[in-house]
Amino acid sequence: MNHDRYDDVYIRGILNTVKTIAMVGVSANTSRPSYFVFKYLLERGYRMIPVNPGLAGQDLLGRAVRATLLDIPEPVDMVDVFRASQHVLAITEQALQMQPRPRVIWMQLGVRNDEAAALAEANGLKVVMNRCPKIEYGRLSSEISWMGVNSRTLSAKRAKPPGRGVQRMTLDRITMAGGATDAADRAGRRGGE
Amino acid sequence: MIERTPGFATLAVHAGSQPDPTTGARATPIYQTTSFVFDDVDHAASLFGLQTFGNIYTRIGNPTNAVLEERVAALEGGTAGLAVASGHAAQVLAMHILMTPGDELVASKKLYGGSINQFNHAFRNFGWNVVWADPDDMASFERAISPKTRAIFIESIANPGGIITDIEAVGNVARRAGVPLVVDNTLATPYLCRPIEHGADIVVHSLTKFLGGHGNSIGGLIVDAGTFNWSRAGRYPMLSEPRPEYQGIVLHETFGNFAFAIACRVLGLRDLGPALSPFNAFLILTGIETLPLRMQRHSDNAMAVAAWLADHGKVAWVSYPGLPGDRYHSLAKKYVPKGAGAVLTFGLKGGYDAGVKLVSNVKLFSHLANIGDTRSLIIHPASTTHRQLSDAQKVQAGAGPDVVRLSVGIEDVEDIVADLEQGLAAA
Repeated sequence: MNHDRYDDVYIRGILNTVKTIAMVGVSANTSRPSYFVFKYLLERGYRMIPVNPGLAGQDLLGRAVRATLLDIPEPVDMVDVFRASQHVLAITEQALQMQPRPRVIWMQLGVRNDEAAALAEANGLKVVMNRCPKIEYGRLSSEISWMGVNSRTLSAKRAKPPGRGVQRMTLDRITMAGGATDAADRAGRRGGE
Repeated sequence: MIERTPGFATLAVHAGSQPDPTTGARATPIYQTTSFVFDDVDHAASLFGLQTFGNIYTRIGNPTNAVLEERVAALEGGTAGLAVASGHAAQVLAMHILMTPGDELVASKKLYGGSINQFNHAFRNFGWNVVWADPDDMASFERAISPKTRAIFIESIANPGGIITDIEAVGNVARRAGVPLVVDNTLATPYLCRPIEHGADIVVHSLTKFLGGHGNSIGGLIVDAGTFNWSRAGRYPMLSEPRPEYQGIVLHETFGNFAFAIACRVLGLRDLGPALSPFNAFLILTGIETLPLRMQRHSDNAMAVAAWLADHGKVAWVSYPGLPGDRYHSLAKKYVPKGAGAVLTFGLKGGYDAGVKLVSNVKLFSHLANIGDTRSLIIHPASTTHRQLSDAQKVQAGAGPDVVRLSVGIEDVEDIVADLEQGLAAA
């Protein structure tokens, strides 16, 4: 699996099929990116489970915070990791102990751990690294286009708006790849500069 | 299965636009509205706090303008764009994010005259000090760098002299200095040159010229290449420090490789205000659909006109980088291999009086101060835009008494040449 570049069909396949997402390292600070992403995915209909030992027992946007993945009392489809790269291997090992196992390990933008990815893939899990599910949802649904962002998708098919709410789009959209930019990967490689 | 990446002409027609989700309208609707309703107070709070994507108020964003932003970002190979009221507004907003009072901008001294004015006067009033460098002398860029430098600014093809800037060489200076390279790509357009592929971190445009292409709308655009690390040296606090106007969020951390475009929108456009009319965005978008066809025709016509002028008995010299003998020809082959654009200058042996007679006698060329129209345009700078300067100042500005500038249109080239021929007969 090439983790430098993901096809849209791979990312869309994940975001279209997972329903429950455990977010490890979520913050209760409303100005932190992890809080933004948690809130956004919750509003888009995902069943979100906050995981942060420092906040265990509290509520975050009406969802009970768990200390670790192993404290979650229900099946989880995807683990979204908002921790520095060196912590991902231990989190992946813990994810593999869950019963049932999650189907996807997703590492946030700027987070990459190839050893953890290899371990997860060897156990049949799908892996995404150095990407943000909020940005990818926004890109593939075309919501992010409202911000002038290059969604790198094209379509001559009408996208279907969701049943309720304004200014929301769904992943139920037929697209082909749009204009290429390798800026994400370049920025990732330059990260340590 | 490897996903196919569409070509430039496909992007020029499609990028950023899709059938309207509600009505099915295929052309991009003109969302001629100031404001957008919220679902509820929580939705409003999420929008104002930058926690979700969406529209609030057309001074900050508009769905028609957003199609234009994504279109140009895709054509340039950037991560995001921001459309604004003019090319000048694009430059102010970009520099507003990069500069604080006392900081320095290193700029090529071979720029559009309007930009030289803006940098010398308006920018200095903000405390942003411009240090000029010479694109014909790369060492002058190195010498201009200081600890206060925050950006380097060049034009890919400089207006009006037909100068091709060595983008890669200047980009290397910027990289060593740890500052972003800003390239004005107005004259080339991404059809002829994509500066991001040569090391640009930010691209700015006057949409008024070839992107709009029809001489009907003023507009500007900023493209974020997504290549610059804004947090590394702490020199760009607008991007790397918590923003008090947004509850302490850090834009680079939050928006990653499109943070610069977002900063230009939510700190620049929101607070300085030069928003583009959605109607203008619609006209410019329609123009962009034919950009590849027009730019090739502009360049082919200009090349033919330049070659014809070079052989004319009343013409002393022609400056067009597409000509094999031109001093910028080798740079043109590298940076604009499909053609050197529409704009060229030439000198008349008959000097000032011959220039006045030529612009007075042409019938197809429009005598006006713009470039990048479908129509052929002509100006004699010494008797118009540069009239107030002394003769020595005129020569230094590339607007000597003998100089005529053309923006060659997309008419039949035989008609363009015939008009110049009869005009020169009178000169």
